[in-house]
Amino acid sequence: MKPAPFRYFAPTTLGEAINLLSEYGYEAKLLAGGQSLIPTMNFRLAQPAVLIDLNRIAPLGYIIPTAPGGLRVGAMTRQRHVEQSALVAERAPLLTATMPFVAHVQIRNRGTIGGSLAHADPAAELPAVVSALGGTLIARGPSGERRIPIDEFYVGLFATDLAEDEILTEIELPPMPPRSGYSILEIARRHGDYALAGVAVQVEMDAQAKCHAARICYFSVGEGPVMASGAAAMLVGERATSALVEAAAQHAATVDLDPPSDIHAGARFRRHLAQVLGRRALVEAFSRAGAIL
Amino acid sequence: MGTVVAISDSWVTFTVVVNGERVTRTVEPRMLLSDFLRHELELTGTHVGCEHGSCGACTILMDGHAVRSCIMFAVQSDGHELTTVEGLAASQHELHPLQAAFREKHGLQCGYCTAGFLMTLVPFLRENSHPTEQEIRDAISGNICRCTGYQNIVDAVTLAASTMSNSTAATHSVVSE
Repeated sequence: MKPAPFRYFAPTTLGEAINLLSEYGYEAKLLAGGQSLIPTMNFRLAQPAVLIDLNRIAPLGYIIPTAPGGLRVGAMTRQRHVEQSALVAERAPLLTATMPFVAHVQIRNRGTIGGSLAHADPAAELPAVVSALGGTLIARGPSGERRIPIDEFYVGLFATDLAEDEILTEIELPPMPPRSGYSILEIARRHGDYALAGVAVQVEMDAQAKCHAARICYFSVGEGPVMASGAAAMLVGERATSALVEAAAQHAATVDLDPPSDIHAGARFRRHLAQVLGRRALVEAFSRAGAIL
Repeated sequence: MGTVVAISDSWVTFTVVVNGERVTRTVEPRMLLSDFLRHELELTGTHVGCEHGSCGACTILMDGHAVRSCIMFAVQSDGHELTTVEGLAASQHELHPLQAAFREKHGLQCGYCTAGFLMTLVPFLRENSHPTEQEIRDAISGNICRCTGYQNIVDAVTLAASTMSNSTAATHSVVSE
């Protein structure tokens, strides 16, 4: 239950951190909040030879409004700061609503938004939420900055599109569309545990009160965040009704998802949860968008 | 922030303020903050339960915020201020009002988890002077107790909230960061 030895670096600039990462490559791990990495190291499931601590790079923690009405969030922003930010509550209320689901306050005091996104735990809420919001991730490497749409970021189990010498530096969230609504729901055995299944939703209505766009992203049901694209396509262009929402949730659970069975829950149970949560989340999101179901 | 000095590939020197006292030590970077407090500083009031951030027994304050000391490296506390359960009461001869409430309401039995509960609840009560039962239960959801069934802990927090809001002096001693 003690980590294996490693070399420790605490760079104070992003450039220094990128240089270290270029030098050590996959031998090195980046230490953000450490709330997933250090437990893994305590178990010796991870034994990085080099640890690059990002906590001394002050300019990586910030929440800044963008001109069109969105947000730029520095990757090292603590989850607790995101939770308590009035700006986030105004411009990305789905993100605010998500935070109480992310572990416990002691964890959120240390854990960072970028750390959670880059760790890519399939049961984590934040990858699914940023997917539902259609965010863009900004990475920096030796050759400069790269913008990665969230839909292209997750490439497999605990795997992201980041190159071995790239660091996730910022999360950019678009403005909330007009006439839009959101929801996040999950089922966990105990408050603060990873969910057995969960879903984050953002829907947008048009002026005729029909669904203009829907992003439905599940977590803890696959190798990463899973977009229920088929279900979303059923909604677009239609007036939201209880029957339609029910059918979309059923489609999500039976066609869009292929959940695994593990010691926490069987695949059939996960499909059941996905259908129930999907229906409830869509009802809540459409109601927030002004629909009468 | 202080300055971490790498003595070699395997040792680092750093400075941290613990319960108001400034200490400088040289440790391996892999030393967990919980082990540093217990073994290097002999502050054994901070307990270690699961060592992977699930049980909450090792909770301490860093710059006034509750963190789990078993999933931080000691060297990461460089330049920060830590408070452990030993730093709660104003002196050796008295209890912090929250500790007194735990005693009064039998908020502990074996006591193993207690330091973690106290350190979680101090910042919580600072931000919520009149919490509801549900808020208290949410606040302690990251701490595991196998003796009390939590009811007496909830009662203790309710009592502490009322005694602490009745005594401004006591509240002041809590928030000294």
